[in-house]
Amino acid sequence: MKAKVTVMLKTGVLDPQGEAVKSALGSLGFGGVDAVRQGKVIELDLAETDPAAAEASVKEMCEKLLANTVIESYSIEIA
Amino acid sequence: MRAAVVTFPGSNCDRDLAVAFETAGFEVHRVWHRDTNLPDGLDVIGLPGGFSFGDYLRCGAIAANAPICREVKAFAERGGHVLGICNGFQVLLETGLLPGALMRNANLHFVCKPVGLRVENNQSPYTSGYGGCAEITIPIAHHDGNFQADAETIARLDGDGRVAFRYIDNPNGSAGDIAGVLSANRRVLGMMPHPERAIDAMHGGTDGLAMFTALTETLVGA
Repeated sequence: MKAKVTVMLKTGVLDPQGEAVKSALGSLGFGGVDAVRQGKVIELDLAETDPAAAEASVKEMCEKLLANTVIESYSIEIA
Repeated sequence: MRAAVVTFPGSNCDRDLAVAFETAGFEVHRVWHRDTNLPDGLDVIGLPGGFSFGDYLRCGAIAANAPICREVKAFAERGGHVLGICNGFQVLLETGLLPGALMRNANLHFVCKPVGLRVENNQSPYTSGYGGCAEITIPIAHHDGNFQADAETIARLDGDGRVAFRYIDNPNGSAGDIAGVLSANRRVLGMMPHPERAIDAMHGGTDGLAMFTALTETLVGA
């Protein structure tokens, strides 16, 4: 099965790249963009067939490597 | 005295760090990231600057999970001395040996220049060669040196004297102008500036040399 991990900076952590994107959108004339946060998406192809077991395994991967939980939060979608 | 310098794929300050340890009287062993054993009788491990594993995922994240880093972590937990510079500092944070995280510089620029630092704690094995509140000049060269941690962690580092160096003119947005952080036992130091690039007059400055000679004196006196 497939898993999709979304890693974002935690709320309250300043995102310099998001701020730069916001500023660039403003200079292109896109008004009304109040905030931009930039994160990353990681797609995994898993041999596991049980959704609960897959999610537990991906959670461990997030804690150990895929996210730095000091500054980042993550969410997991299993499909 | 014996030092090990770890090389990851993408490290580029490993040789300079080895020369700095040698200049201060260390016998230096070079260690590869896939090694699973450290040399016997080791006094200090250096984690060098560079772009380990191409900075993929997050700076230092993949290196921190390399086989040798299990040994580095165990060595530090046994009370060993570990010095992480630039990418090495990022690796130390990713292993959890030091608290906090290093984010993209607030101005988004790669900054490469000599910067002024204030020595905040000169009671550590690395900083005892500097006078109290000494101001020194050491080069930086990084894109992700913006040190951040929650307010409680920053207050704890301040209160416990674990901030080794602060920038005099903050180049990257680091919280509290923090440029270098010590472990609770003062034996692990992570810092973004490159003292190994300031040990010879030909480098344009020698303010980094005292860090390596202070370490020698600490270990000889131990």
